[in-house]
Amino acid sequence: MMAHSILIWSVATAEMMIVLAMACAAYRMLKGPRAQDRVLALDAFYVCGMILILTFGIETSDIFYFEAVLVIALVGFVATAALAKFLMRGEPIE
Amino acid sequence: MMEVSPTLPAWVAIVTSILVLLGAALTLIGTIGLVRLNNFYSRVHPPTLGTTLGIGCVLLASMLYFSVVKQRLVVHEVLIAIFVTITTPVTLMLLVSAALRRDWAIGDPSVPVPPGLPEEAERPEPLPESDQPTS
Repeated sequence: MMAHSILIWSVATAEMMIVLAMACAAYRMLKGPRAQDRVLALDAFYVCGMILILTFGIETSDIFYFEAVLVIALVGFVATAALAKFLMRGEPIE
Repeated sequence: MMEVSPTLPAWVAIVTSILVLLGAALTLIGTIGLVRLNNFYSRVHPPTLGTTLGIGCVLLASMLYFSVVKQRLVVHEVLIAIFVTITTPVTLMLLVSAALRRDWAIGDPSVPVPPGLPEEAERPEPLPESDQPTS
């Protein structure tokens, strides 16, 4: 049962690494310096969220977390595309 | 704490562990690059580690694990892989062209003329130091 405890510990370690990655993305999102950096960090942030939910699905052996990941992928894509379009057209400086 | 079914073969547990750890580590490296690099156009690159190999490894691990645990072929994770692979380049290209226009509009001399404008379009005057945008 050595392999099973390796699996348990590596899934827990992976979750901690993803949470650290989300913290890095959140730091960049708060610090900026410009709006495009924040949008880029938001993109990285939701991808980290997707990976976190996938590892959580492996941890609980529950197959239905997959659907949450699919929804986050869809909504995140639309959000980033809309924000990029806003930066391109909706800016008074243009 | 995670509960592993006692019938899970050892090699599946080992391969799943390696793939999950690899995916998480690549994503972490990508976001550390996002924090450490000092220019927006360099910062676009590192997060794509997470959106390609990072999520790819975790999806492979999830496919393998659930295929063995549920004792049937579970491949619907491929949907996520295809979707992320298609959408990431689209959003990042949109974002970079928006950033290019914004940098050009404030008179940054280091950026080329954005696509869609004539090559000899008049370059805007750089803003004075006190008027540089902060966001």
